[in-house]
Amino acid sequence: MTPQLPGLLDAEAIRKDFPVLDRLVHDGKKLVYLDNAATSQKPRQVLDALSEYYERYNANVHRGVHTLAEEATALYEGARDKIAAFINAPSRDEVIFTKNASESLNLVANMLGWADEPYRVDSDTEIVITEMEHHSNIVPWQLLSQRTGAKLKWFGLTDDGRLDLSDIEQVITEKTKIVSFTLVSNILGTVNPVEALVRRAQEVGALVLIDASQAAPHMVLDVQALQADFVAFTGHKMLGPTGIGVLWGRQELLEDLPPFLGGGEMIETVSMHESTYAPAPHKFEAGTPPIAQAVGLGAAVDYLSAIGMDRIAAHEHAITEYALRRLKEVPGLKIIGPDTPEGRGSAISFTLGDIHPHDVGQVLDEQGIAVRVGHHCARPVCLRYGIPATTRASFYLYSTPAEVDALVEGLEHVRNFFG
Amino acid sequence: MYQEVILDHYKNPHGRGLRDGDVEVHHVNPTCGDEITLRVKLDGTSIQDISYEGQGCSISQASASVLNELLVGRQVDEAVKVQEVFLELMQSKGKLEPDDAMEDVLEDAVAFAGVSKYPARVKCALLSWMAWKDATAQALGDGAVRESA
Ligand SMILES: Cc1ncc(COP(=O)(O)O)c(C=O)c1O
Repeated sequence: MTPQLPGLLDAEAIRKDFPVLDRLVHDGKKLVYLDNAATSQKPRQVLDALSEYYERYNANVHRGVHTLAEEATALYEGARDKIAAFINAPSRDEVIFTKNASESLNLVANMLGWADEPYRVDSDTEIVITEMEHHSNIVPWQLLSQRTGAKLKWFGLTDDGRLDLSDIEQVITEKTKIVSFTLVSNILGTVNPVEALVRRAQEVGALVLIDASQAAPHMVLDVQALQADFVAFTGHKMLGPTGIGVLWGRQELLEDLPPFLGGGEMIETVSMHESTYAPAPHKFEAGTPPIAQAVGLGAAVDYLSAIGMDRIAAHEHAITEYALRRLKEVPGLKIIGPDTPEGRGSAISFTLGDIHPHDVGQVLDEQGIAVRVGHHCARPVCLRYGIPATTRASFYLYSTPAEVDALVEGLEHVRNFFG
Repeated sequence: MYQEVILDHYKNPHGRGLRDGDVEVHHVNPTCGDEITLRVKLDGTSIQDISYEGQGCSISQASASVLNELLVGRQVDEAVKVQEVFLELMQSKGKLEPDDAMEDVLEDAVAFAGVSKYPARVKCALLSWMAWKDATAQALGDGAVRESA
């Protein structure tokens, strides 16, 4: 029997809000959705906000005097207020809507590439990332480095899946302009030591960008407490729709740094010779924004806040602790990343003997269990640990201990099949 | 999708390991990290050997084994025909029921018919075949046919 774990939410009640969780797959098997690090499911409240927006308010924002245009603008800007409160931003004008975390990260890389001193990234300067970044926080910096001649450096990983900061003073130096790292790894689950990294970056006057894509959905995110300069995250992993992401940035930086995309909405005046720009956040939001998606994300953070991010974190901690314990009982299973529940999130990667993760994922799928297999857009991590790929189970507020049990049973079946 | 034949080839692969060859290619499936290094050894237009080393799922590994079993010893033009039929089967989205004629051409490779229903896995099954096509084109000095899965 599945034990009662301390800290669990009433997941049965929560699950009633998520229509897709009732789905049956493969001829009547109950869906066990353990791919939340890739994207979360959406509650009825978010789906309703989306359809209500289109059914009642749809108009373009910031550019009409008619009723719908004003209402749509109020809804869009209202979503900005909700996000600002959710991340404890000092000002709503520091919240920029993008299409996803990747765009947010690329936006910062491009701002810095085009910036003047003292922010400018050029051939005399250095960029610092880590070996556990998602490709979205690697490739934009490789591009910036190739275009500017700046040197790209990174922190390596320890054998137990944590950042190796033993050489922090050699990695982050007086030449460093930007340190960009993930708060929670999407492949290893590791929660990174923000304070040590921020302190060192501040010592040398480097900016800090935190990729909070795997943090915002799962824990209290307070941009002031983090003391970073920029924080990026993506809506679809936190109950929101696809097509909406967020970049938070400190106000004075957003004032100083140049825009990246040009277009409608981001200007003050335009002549054929030159233009002046709107103040942030609009300066960084060229063109018609993802309006319905922003409204949907606003509904998502309402939903999360009503439950409480601290309670969601406690729920996931309990599930993760139970999952780690149960997974360790599976013969041949090796956890890639921290194998205790301290200092980690709820994404758990593993290998199972020499059975390839594709085969693990396929046989699990036949039993209705959805996991992610592959390198999880973090191929350098697989190279670091000498494995081609992993299987990853990742949990959320609606995950239950019974789903952990289903996973463990499913893995037994996989072993028998390929054994 | 996991036919006995596929599991057999996976557990006991034919011709695995790298041996002497005229051309070596390395192909990867970027979405999942499956990799294969493959060499072809031609004698004129006759295929003397196809040797390979790789890592990947049962589908990609078994498919390389079937490729070796099916194509070694043939003429290149015959082998290309087999490859084309296999490609047709794999791109059929599960809608093609292999008939006797197809079975005669593909032998063990018809077992992959079920894989064609899974878009994410079709590339696994085709990895070694695309690598072989690339290597053969290069060995014949015809770089124009380069293509990856
Ligand atoms: C840590 C991390 N960063 C960035 C991303 C990119 O998010 P998106 O694909 O929504 O831009 C992801 C999601 O896959 C992620 O897990």
